[in-house]
Amino acid sequence: MLIFTLKRLLSLALSLIAASVAIFFVVEIIPGDPARLMLGINATQDAVDALRTQMGLDQGVMARYWLWISGLVQGDFGISYTYRVPVAEMVQGRVWVSLPLAMYALLLSTLIAFPIGILAAAKRGSWADWLVMGGTQLGVAIPNFWFAMIMVSILAIKYQLFSAGGFPGWDDPLAAMKALTLPAFVLALPQASILARVMRSSLLDTLSEDFMRTARAKGRTARGAMVHHALRNAMIPVLTIIGLQFSFLLAGAIIIEKIFFLPGLGSMIFTAITQRDLIVVESVVMLLVFAVILVTFLVDITYALVDPRLRRRA
Amino acid sequence: MKRAFKMPGFSIGFIMAFTFTAAALVSFFWTPFGTDGVDIVNKLHTPDGTNWFGTDHLGRDIFSMIMVGARTSIAVAVVAVGIGVLLGVPLGLAAAARKGSLLDEFIMRGNDLVFAFPALLIAILITAVFGPSAINAIIAIGIFNIPVFARLTRAGALSLWTRDFVLAARVSGKSRVRISFEHILPNITNLLIVQGTIQFSLGILAEAALSYIGLGAQPPIPSWGRMLADSQTMVSFAPHLALFPGLAIVLTVLGLNLMGDALRDLFDPKLRRDRQ
Repeated sequence: MLIFTLKRLLSLALSLIAASVAIFFVVEIIPGDPARLMLGINATQDAVDALRTQMGLDQGVMARYWLWISGLVQGDFGISYTYRVPVAEMVQGRVWVSLPLAMYALLLSTLIAFPIGILAAAKRGSWADWLVMGGTQLGVAIPNFWFAMIMVSILAIKYQLFSAGGFPGWDDPLAAMKALTLPAFVLALPQASILARVMRSSLLDTLSEDFMRTARAKGRTARGAMVHHALRNAMIPVLTIIGLQFSFLLAGAIIIEKIFFLPGLGSMIFTAITQRDLIVVESVVMLLVFAVILVTFLVDITYALVDPRLRRRA
Repeated sequence: MKRAFKMPGFSIGFIMAFTFTAAALVSFFWTPFGTDGVDIVNKLHTPDGTNWFGTDHLGRDIFSMIMVGARTSIAVAVVAVGIGVLLGVPLGLAAAARKGSLLDEFIMRGNDLVFAFPALLIAILITAVFGPSAINAIIAIGIFNIPVFARLTRAGALSLWTRDFVLAARVSGKSRVRISFEHILPNITNLLIVQGTIQFSLGILAEAALSYIGLGAQPPIPSWGRMLADSQTMVSFAPHLALFPGLAIVLTVLGLNLMGDALRDLFDPKLRRDRQ
């Protein structure tokens, strides 16, 4: 287990380094001089040069990469070109919108997918199974931004059940949760559809295993065998998908935040891109990729704890 | 092919996807109305006998715009899948042919890396760096298709390399490259077709999302995603603006997914038995 963890940690570190290099160089080729952009076209060349020195832009590519990455490790994300405040401060306010939104969506996705996936597998071929398969097929095909528009126009504007957008802050947790409910639901729907289908097919695979027949033969009820034997074994692929979905939810949140006017990391990246605030783009993208890589790592470790066979295979 | 059409899922999916492909092709010769003229007098008409799907805020016929928009969606998705297949499949074949080699390791770790990036995030970054356009949307979506096909090809090819007919080919002196293309590739075509259908539908969704946030095809090229974005402020009094482009996306994606699922069942009889 120790060797497995170390191997995974090494691959985690390598992924992070490669990702940071990729992000840095993609952003590096964005045309335009940030110093010139900040000071405007009327600034003198001297002023621009001075600012370039202050921002470290006059140094070589490698030096700037090193400056950026060593800052990141120490929690220093640089200073926003546009707002002249530390990026870390800007992120702090917004991470508490995006992260809860993604977690909330993940929770909803699981809460929706598990029961209907299990139901469809348990009653395979019944009308319930048909309904679940049809519904999830539709759920995967619906673009979530379109679904969001429909939901807002029906639930928020017509019936005023939810707010159409905005975020009141966490001072009033209930109001905050209410503001996140509709966005989280919209975000969760396609993921829930995928998860329900995976749950169903994984359970069906497990249900045809010999140990299930043995369980029934020794007197377990259908329900008991399902809960104690089948579900546990069917969880591995389901866990994989849940892990993968976290990254979809984080990225999907970018569009959903835009629709619901939520002040999260997604809308922050958007604004930063239009303002050519490169340091913000770099650091926030790196942060999101870090979160995704970390979750993948944790999922891998969780598997190995759950299923000893995987430890040896790696 | 005949067997595929006997499956209801495939037939229904085929009809849906075919309708929109046909609409895209027909739009090159004919649309009920032009899509680049502004006709303010006739703006925001609800659907009727003349404008089947109504008109938008500039008086353009929505039915015609959906037909032309189908071109954008389908073209972007097809080329993006093409990029994935043309680059991903050879990479996967190479990785499988030299399993465990440095090349294999390099290709697979590169794949892991691309997978670690939330796809949409990087698509946004790429279109932001190189400017929003249909071409950049294609590249952004295409890049994420490469590891998908590379991984699938490698997995499929690895199991084939252990088979007797491949051994026979090696004994007869064929090179690894020739075996890969003459014996391995034909035997994984089914896998690739199924995955291609699925990536095609994901491409349509991704194109719609990128256009919706303004990073895809630019005006005046009509695109379903941007039609939705344009309609956003008018949904409450003109719901038909949002309804039809959205339905076009849903039906195309649904059709492709139904076809993909049916083909998977068809090519893999074991799955078919399990799932029924």
